[in-house]
Amino acid sequence: MVERSTAIAPAEKLRVRDLTIRYEDTVVLKDASFEVRENEVFGIIGPANSGKTSFLRAVNRMDEMTTGMHVSGEVIFNGKDVSEWRNLYALRSRIGVVFPLPVGLPMSIYENVAFAAKLRGVRKRADLDEVVERCLTRAALWDEVKDRLNSLGSLLSGGQQQRLTIARALSQEPELLLLDEFSIAVDPVTTMRIEDVLKELKQEMTIILVTNLVQQARRLADRTAFFLNGEVVEVGDTAELFTRNTKDQRTTDYLEGRFG
Amino acid sequence: MSATQTPIKSFEAQPLDLKNRRNERIVRLFLGWVTMLLILPVLLILGVLIVKGSPALSWEFFTEMPRDGMTAGGILPALIGTLWLVGVALTAAVPLGIAAAIYLSEYAPDNALTRIINLAIINLAGVPSIVHALFGLGAFVIFLKPLTGGTCILAASLTLAIMTLPVVIVSTRESLQAVPQSFREACWSLGATRWQTIRKVVLPNSISGILTGVIIQVSMTVGETAPIMYTGAVTYVAFLPEALTDETMAMSLHLFNLSFVMQDVPEALPFGVALTLIGVVLTLNSVSIAFRMRLRGKKKW
Repeated sequence: MVERSTAIAPAEKLRVRDLTIRYEDTVVLKDASFEVRENEVFGIIGPANSGKTSFLRAVNRMDEMTTGMHVSGEVIFNGKDVSEWRNLYALRSRIGVVFPLPVGLPMSIYENVAFAAKLRGVRKRADLDEVVERCLTRAALWDEVKDRLNSLGSLLSGGQQQRLTIARALSQEPELLLLDEFSIAVDPVTTMRIEDVLKELKQEMTIILVTNLVQQARRLADRTAFFLNGEVVEVGDTAELFTRNTKDQRTTDYLEGRFG
Repeated sequence: MSATQTPIKSFEAQPLDLKNRRNERIVRLFLGWVTMLLILPVLLILGVLIVKGSPALSWEFFTEMPRDGMTAGGILPALIGTLWLVGVALTAAVPLGIAAAIYLSEYAPDNALTRIINLAIINLAGVPSIVHALFGLGAFVIFLKPLTGGTCILAASLTLAIMTLPVVIVSTRESLQAVPQSFREACWSLGATRWQTIRKVVLPNSISGILTGVIIQVSMTVGETAPIMYTGAVTYVAFLPEALTDETMAMSLHLFNLSFVMQDVPEALPFGVALTLIGVVLTLNSVSIAFRMRLRGKKKW
């Protein structure tokens, strides 16, 4: 087990070094190098096909489940390259993932949130109840579903389902939360509610937020990376980037909406 | 554009619309009639069987042994024998088939070996039943004689099982792959192993399709004749089967014998057997349809 760092200086949670990802012969991310710090929201912005999602898949080693996806370079999580984690499932259980379109597993709301706890070996009903209530509350969904925990997760509205998947990710008690364009199928009101949740969550975990909404990154991210066509153009403090203090003209152009 | 030149006419049928409408009507009539023609043989078969076979049916027909050189009496041993054959065949084929399908769908990497296995399964499904019969004769009756003791229920059922296997594998694999990949990825990202994912998410959501495939397979196996006639089914035995090493009568072979081999068989008798055989198949199919509708009502996405 790796102890959570207690250092005062921003500790490094994830370090990416010369990461290259390709599907068959198509390179989708090339020589990416940057670090993600403990307890920050790290935004990743960029137009479609920039390698954002592929990067997330490399972090929790989904490449092993995907035919044709090849990863080279290093993704160091908690000081250890993810490809060297011998227990793949222990790695994944520390990393929560929220997908662009909410994926409610075909089971009840309760079972969706209790699933990860059950995988960890929690069996007592009272303990599971506690996990379900705590996670649903944190995801701002408890009040809406507390009377129908046994109905199917897939019967919820899109916005509710996305909060359900966030509750499910929280039930893993993750150290790192990966959000992949979570607001794509969610109404603006729910989006703002989830954003408020995320601001609180970063006290406890590191969040990587992939978004195609530049303003969302501006609102939430402490630091932001700009991906473009498989290249990491720039990584910097979000505030700096949005005050045109960019190293690369393309970043400013994208942030100001000249393309993408 | 003509629409802007004659705006008043834009809601009236143009020559092109009329032509489209006429073609549409012709195509629909043609396709409809072809479909009607396809129902005809089914209705004819059922009609003839019911008219000619129903006089033979009675309680005794299902519960008595054949008498007078099989020209009278019941079909009990054939009915029981068919149940044995199908039951044992499925006991062997279904667990193996489902296991193989789970491996191929959920675990197997997409490489040359997997593709060869898939090709082999498809080809196995296309092997004629008489070839399966000869294989069963060679493998289970002659080669494994110390185990089976020659022609017997076990040898016939294993032959049927090998025939059934590829179809079970293919239908199970299709049911498994109908479960969206996103469910698997969501499950994996929670830290679940492949097997946990299969057990908790994939199988519960594909079980109706898998069972439907199995039941359809049962109804096909019930009627098979060639694979069992050299391996375990016989024209007449005076006893009901009691063990896997017994020889047995079977409905399909009994029907063949009554129709083409035996002399002086009353006309109603073979039709009665055929009606019973088709009744068993239709019953199984209805069970499968009812089952599928029940499970589909509970579908979760």
